[in-house]
Amino acid sequence: MYMILVGGGNVGAQLAKRLIAREHEVLLMEKDSRQAQRLASMLGENSIYVGDGCEIQTQRDAGFGRADVVVAVTGEDEDNLVVCQMAKTVWNVNRVLARVNDPSHEALFQSIGVNQTISATGIIYSLLDQQISSDDLIPVGALQRGSIEVVEAVLSNRSPVIGLAVRDLKLPPQTNIVWLIRDDQGHIVDGTTALQEGDTLVAVVPQVHAGALREILHPEF
Amino acid sequence: MNILIFGCGRTGAALALGLSTDHQVTIIEQNPEALRRLGQRHKCKVVIGSGLDEDILVRAGIKEADVFIAVTRGDNTNLMAAQIAQLSYGVKRICVRVADPYRADAYRNLGFFCITPSLILAGMMTDWIDEKPYQTADAYNVIKNEVQI
Repeated sequence: MYMILVGGGNVGAQLAKRLIAREHEVLLMEKDSRQAQRLASMLGENSIYVGDGCEIQTQRDAGFGRADVVVAVTGEDEDNLVVCQMAKTVWNVNRVLARVNDPSHEALFQSIGVNQTISATGIIYSLLDQQISSDDLIPVGALQRGSIEVVEAVLSNRSPVIGLAVRDLKLPPQTNIVWLIRDDQGHIVDGTTALQEGDTLVAVVPQVHAGALREILHPEF
Repeated sequence: MNILIFGCGRTGAALALGLSTDHQVTIIEQNPEALRRLGQRHKCKVVIGSGLDEDILVRAGIKEADVFIAVTRGDNTNLMAAQIAQLSYGVKRICVRVADPYRADAYRNLGFFCITPSLILAGMMTDWIDEKPYQTADAYNVIKNEVQI
């Protein structure tokens, strides 16, 4: 697959490195020539294009016309928007992805036909929000742009679930306790697992139900 | 009419001062320093901030705007602001300054009214040299030769 990435900052560089390692044909576009030189020494001359990915002539030279995927990862939403819009409307690129810095811009990106938007601010915010609203549920990962979370919870002696089997918990929808750490040992959890004080649970929970999960494990006293 | 202008550069300021005698003009500008171009006595409402920020747009009255004009120095900034105005707030008349003629062309095909100052300037100067009458903006606003500008 031919993938074009626009924007050679940290995100673009790391992404390019991983995609090249997976043996995709990758071209990373960067308009600052000194930054492009640094990237070339890291990723190889052939993977770097020095030029403004927002310009049609540059896009033609870079081969937007035969790209399977275009990813816009500059630090500016307006630049990412124009790259994506050109990729879709001028070059008919099949899959177009954008990094969106201001989460309130995501709807605009989706309405112009961008296939996927990724908002780091939005993901970090929702994790942070989770952290602030609860000391008991610790976010360890996010899936589906933050709408599904992987969380960790340590059961204190006040938790009402101690002594109960997992299948007897009234867990929120689409929520699963998948793993448990007890005495520094990891255990796979099934319905019969009985919970003990000090257990660290790892659960997958839709973000909207995280509060309900917290209520079950650690209701406010 | 309610006219919203994003960008208080030379163009934005001249436009705002000219229009504000007959219309309600609001100008959005990120850099307070740029507002000096409006002078001491003007009738425009001023909102400091980015026209890509929906809170700022609402404060500037985009919900009541009849016309939205994006004239910052950034082509992409102008194009994005124009699309927020159109898609999120349904502003009917939108004008975008786009310095890159090819980018302007692509967005004209998407239905946006884009003005490319360099083409208008070059066109008018050509007509002046040839001693021909000046034409309409649309006549100048197209790329005549496949050159790199």
